[in-house]
Amino acid sequence: MTAVATQAGNLRRAQAQRAARADKHRYSRAERWRRRGPLLPALVFTIVVTQIPFLVTIWYSLHSRNLLRPESDLFVGLANYVDIARDSVFRQTALNSVIITLGCVLVAMVLGIVLAILLDRPFRGRGVARTLLITPFLIMPVASSVLWSMAMLNPTYGLFNWTLGLVGIDPVDWTSTYPIVAILMALVWQWTPFMMLLVLAGLQAQPKDVLEAAAMDGAGWWRTFGSITLPQLRRYIELGVLLGIIYVVNTFDQIYLMTAGGPGTASANLPFYIYQRAFLGFDVGQAAAMGVVVVIATIIVASAALRLIFRSFDVKE
Amino acid sequence: MTATTTAPRTTTAAAPVRREARRGRVTGGLLTSLTWILALGFFFPVLWMAMTAFKQENQASSDPPTWFFSPTLDQFRAVIGESGSYVANSAIATGVSTVLVLLLGIPAAYALSIRPVEKVSDVLFFFISTKMLPVVAVIVPIYVIAGQLRVLDNIWTLVVLYTAMNLPIAVWMMRSFFQEIPAEVLEAAAVDGAGLMKTLRSVLIPMVAPGIAATALICVIFAWNEFFFALNLTASRAATVPIFIVSTMTSEGLFLARLSAAALLASLPVILAGWIAQKQLVRGLSMGAIK
Repeated sequence: MTAVATQAGNLRRAQAQRAARADKHRYSRAERWRRRGPLLPALVFTIVVTQIPFLVTIWYSLHSRNLLRPESDLFVGLANYVDIARDSVFRQTALNSVIITLGCVLVAMVLGIVLAILLDRPFRGRGVARTLLITPFLIMPVASSVLWSMAMLNPTYGLFNWTLGLVGIDPVDWTSTYPIVAILMALVWQWTPFMMLLVLAGLQAQPKDVLEAAAMDGAGWWRTFGSITLPQLRRYIELGVLLGIIYVVNTFDQIYLMTAGGPGTASANLPFYIYQRAFLGFDVGQAAAMGVVVVIATIIVASAALRLIFRSFDVKE
Repeated sequence: MTATTTAPRTTTAAAPVRREARRGRVTGGLLTSLTWILALGFFFPVLWMAMTAFKQENQASSDPPTWFFSPTLDQFRAVIGESGSYVANSAIATGVSTVLVLLLGIPAAYALSIRPVEKVSDVLFFFISTKMLPVVAVIVPIYVIAGQLRVLDNIWTLVVLYTAMNLPIAVWMMRSFFQEIPAEVLEAAAVDGAGLMKTLRSVLIPMVAPGIAATALICVIFAWNEFFFALNLTASRAATVPIFIVSTMTSEGLFLARLSAAALLASLPVILAGWIAQKQLVRGLSMGAIK
């Protein structure tokens, strides 16, 4: 206990000293560049590879351009954006993106909390149970997509319908009747272990003496959970939701392989719709404009989210 | 055990305690059973995939499902025979991009923690914000630029993109590991007059070796599993393992058993790495936020 405390103290002191050193005296020009040196290769590389394509995207979004006829490049101003505003499919796929992302993250988080609580108690074979539970997250997403759409949810030989048949429910063609539900099943299956691992880390970081004190005071499980565990977990839950959203909002593999966005565009999310417009419709201008709109929306959501993440990571702003 | 004279009092006092203990045991047993049911339920699709991989095609897509069968290695033989170039491409894309990420990311993390540049949080903000940009927003220009540079269907294009994809995660993770190094260690190195490269090599790198392993693990997982870039930027020569899985789905005939064998083999490296390094996995997934 004391060792840990001293270590934490050292750490804080070290960080404070470093911060003070960085703030107090301004460095000489040479020193500033010496400090930047190690950072520059990574920074320049990231700027070149991620920002230049994005600037080109903005450029394309102002043009009417077809992937098959690159010479037909024509400046059209904001026409692509006007088209998007009128495009009801764009609105529908945007809504699907929100439904799929929030649905997956929230259900996975609830299941993850339940599983983490169950795994936090000592029992024989706990390590094995945890290992089994994290496995869905380690399966290649392409593999888990085909596993779900074929082996689990196929209308004729899928295991899921067979199980439902045991209790007298007629077979359902999941991927065409309830495509979003089918996609959510695969996504929730994949992301629940992720949430579980984060929440479990939070549970295990609880100070044991506080829990013992609560038990001594005769607090029951629910009371302890509500007033000690849950506040402690909050940071971990926020972080899980945030990282989950960042990853899940870009979901492509499951949609491409399970429903191809269909039937029609019923289960397409924005990444899939933009992909369709660019690589199946060859409409570069439209796809680029949609990309820009998505990025602007992301920036708005992300700037709120980043404040949260910075708090979680203890980065001083 | 206790004297018989005090027996009445002990029973009144001990009975509720004993009853409570028994109830605790029963609840405990129920919770443990529930945990196992859920664990097996979550694992079951993986198990089913593994079982299917050992079946013949007609057993794999039978209705009702085939539970008992004599296992065959036919599917694995076929998959291993066909997948050579895909595995080689994935190995290059994953291995080289991970090495590049570490070579670029470790010095950058150093410059954001131990000898910090100005405006550290702005730089960190920039790195993480590139992870939030949707990949679809840049795929079209990347496709066109790659076409003009004649590097479509070229594995080195994927190497560059996977490096950019994982670099922000590595910078954040490595920074969190560097920040745990006590100031005394660094001061000692400075007093000894060790330069940057020497300090990195002989003091810092050994201390954050577990962090480097965790970072590498996460980069390997994301690069190995990546599908979107591979789908759009490769054709026959540079196609990776996820593309191979998709290619085993043919329009005619049954393919579920072979598909399962491919999916199982493709997932196996990451499954094993994740099982072995569960602790590093948590830290990596939270980009270093959870210790």
